Amino acid sequence: MAALHAWLLLLPALVLLAAFTHWPAVATFIDSFFSTPRGSRPGVWVGLENYQVMAEDPVFWKAVTNNLWFAGATIPLSIGLALLMALWVNERIPGRAAVRMAYFTPTVLPMIAVANIWLFFYTPQYGLLEQVTGALGLPSHNWLGNPSTALACITVVAVWKEAGFFMIFYLAALQTLNPSLREAAAIEGASRWTFFRRIQWPLLMPTTLFVLVNAIINGFRMVDHVFILTRGGPDNASTLLLYHLYEVGFKFWDTGYASAISVVLVVTLASVALFQFFVLDKRVHYK
Amino acid sequence: MQRKTFNRGVAALAAAAALGIGGAARAQQQVEIPFFYPVAVGGPIAKIIDGFANDFMKANPGIKVTPIYAGTYQETIVKALTAHKAGTPPVFSVLLSTDMFTLIDEDAIVPVDGFVKTAEDKAWMGSFYKAFMLNSQAGGKTWGVPFQRSTVVMYWNKEAFKEAGLDPNKAPQTWAELKSMATKLTKKDSSGKVTQYGVQIPSSGFPYWLFQTLTTTNDAILANEAGTQVKFDDPKVVEALQYWVDLGKAGVHPPGVVEWGTTPKDFFEKKAAIIYTTTGNLTNIRSNAKFDFGVGMIPANKRKGSPTGGGNFYIFKKASPAQQEAAFKFIKWVTAPERAAQWSIDTGYVAVSPAAYETPPLKKYGSEFPPALVARDQLPHSVAELSTHDNQRVTKALNDGLQAALTGAKPPAQAMQDAQREADRLLRSYK
Repeated sequence: MAALHAWLLLLPALVLLAAFTHWPAVATFIDSFFSTPRGSRPGVWVGLENYQVMAEDPVFWKAVTNNLWFAGATIPLSIGLALLMALWVNERIPGRAAVRMAYFTPTVLPMIAVANIWLFFYTPQYGLLEQVTGALGLPSHNWLGNPSTALACITVVAVWKEAGFFMIFYLAALQTLNPSLREAAAIEGASRWTFFRRIQWPLLMPTTLFVLVNAIINGFRMVDHVFILTRGGPDNASTLLLYHLYEVGFKFWDTGYASAISVVLVVTLASVALFQFFVLDKRVHYK
Repeated sequence: MQRKTFNRGVAALAAAAALGIGGAARAQQQVEIPFFYPVAVGGPIAKIIDGFANDFMKANPGIKVTPIYAGTYQETIVKALTAHKAGTPPVFSVLLSTDMFTLIDEDAIVPVDGFVKTAEDKAWMGSFYKAFMLNSQAGGKTWGVPFQRSTVVMYWNKEAFKEAGLDPNKAPQTWAELKSMATKLTKKDSSGKVTQYGVQIPSSGFPYWLFQTLTTTNDAILANEAGTQVKFDDPKVVEALQYWVDLGKAGVHPPGVVEWGTTPKDFFEKKAAIIYTTTGNLTNIRSNAKFDFGVGMIPANKRKGSPTGGGNFYIFKKASPAQQEAAFKFIKWVTAPERAAQWSIDTGYVAVSPAAYETPPLKKYGSEFPPALVARDQLPHSVAELSTHDNQRVTKALNDGLQAALTGAKPPAQAMQDAQREADRLLRSYK
């Protein structure tokens, strides 16, 4: 009876989890072994063919390289910037509330609106960026229309967006640190850098791990500003994995192949997360 | 929760349910037909569409039309096809005319021919411009009804022409003239930075469509009518791409990929003296340009021409027969000459039938503002917009090739050969 009661209490959460998380994942895994159903032609078992298509798809590999580059740049940059901002607004500086708010603003703005604003920042000839570089006497540059800078432009927007969000976690963590540590360090005559390196940074490790998990996930699920800014172009120079997945799934309606890409993406992210929880998590707590 | 409030809540729910049933009974006499539409040009499109729906409902009390704005063309087809796969598609929708083969392959739509019964219906079907029907018919059936249709036209800044010492009333007529005029129109500041480009042809979003203005005028057709074969590596196609790339190399066209969405703004801001864009931007440009401008046909090389573009109405297969009939009635009503004329005046889109240009409002508008008639005059030279089976993917192969050539990553010939190889692979199973 008690067990039944417990299961009944768990039921709503179980139903939601199963319907929106577990079943779609399993269904996607199964679909990845079938061809795409079209109209009245149902999907048939094709084994690993979708995975073979993926291995031979140059756009997929371009998206993988781009995404690794993107993640490799956004993760350290946004975390580092977040930490710097948090350390700064944790001090007693004039206009502290206003500065905190300014840093956090990008996080609360809708991404599509933000991307549209950035689109005009990057516009050749009269965009904000061009006004600045033009005033410095530098030549005009088509930031989003050039394959060598398109991805970097998207990265900048992502860092700008993420850093404010991560700052909140660091700020919260900094405020839980025991103030007597700072006083002790001051009495010992430790420099600010030593205090940060030997005391604050080790104590912030659990927060850094949490932020890192989020940063990695965000690094691979970034898609919204690609739509507005470049649509993956020019010539796939700024295609990211999730955007490629969207194109295959909802533009080309090749759901079989899209399922295979989803499976690869989920497996990769899951293994990164497992590594973080089982290996890194044991090492971050300062004892 | 207290028992009393709980009981009251139950009573309220029961009352609501009873009302709901009553509502359903009333709705049986009224057919509801939701439809999705995209917005692809500037201007108050949503307001105009809502106005049409209200006027239609006043005249037909038995039908409730619900227009639903669904984003860009791309977002609209994603929503419509997802809903189709989930079993509840809109009754009808405005989607790109080039998505016809995709919709047929997905078994999502029904041909319009089945609703055409009376002589009046037949006359209506025959009333559209032939150029627009090229992207609306396949396999001997008509699948789409032309609605927000367009062609690419050229806009030029007359003041910039005067400043450059050119005749402001004489637009470039040929590729050679376009290039030489663009050279004169390109302005640089003291440091050598370009402040005004001579010509700008956008290449983001749907580069293939703008590229068709060059292939068509070079007398090349990109795809066959059945949508199963493309000719991207035709020497005439490569030559057309070479011309586009050369404009950039000569410094009279902006480098890299040019954004579609900001091109009209570049024109108002005098950053480009000549632009290529849809005639659907006419009203937008007319209300924003602070200078005298001209609208002209696309400059010719071997021949005149431009692809048609824009959206058709499609009726979805999974809607009930009563809904499909009601949708057909609305489509017929909204494409009638007087509405088509109004739509053309309000937006700049081409009216879909010659009869619309004979209505007094559009005749008057055309005589006061002759640029509104350029797109119509270009229609006899127009060709079908690139459309094949697996359309989005085949088109992407071409778009990627175009962008690779425009950014200098690949020479035009190689870019087109790569696109051809990819397209052949994709179309293999449709032959």
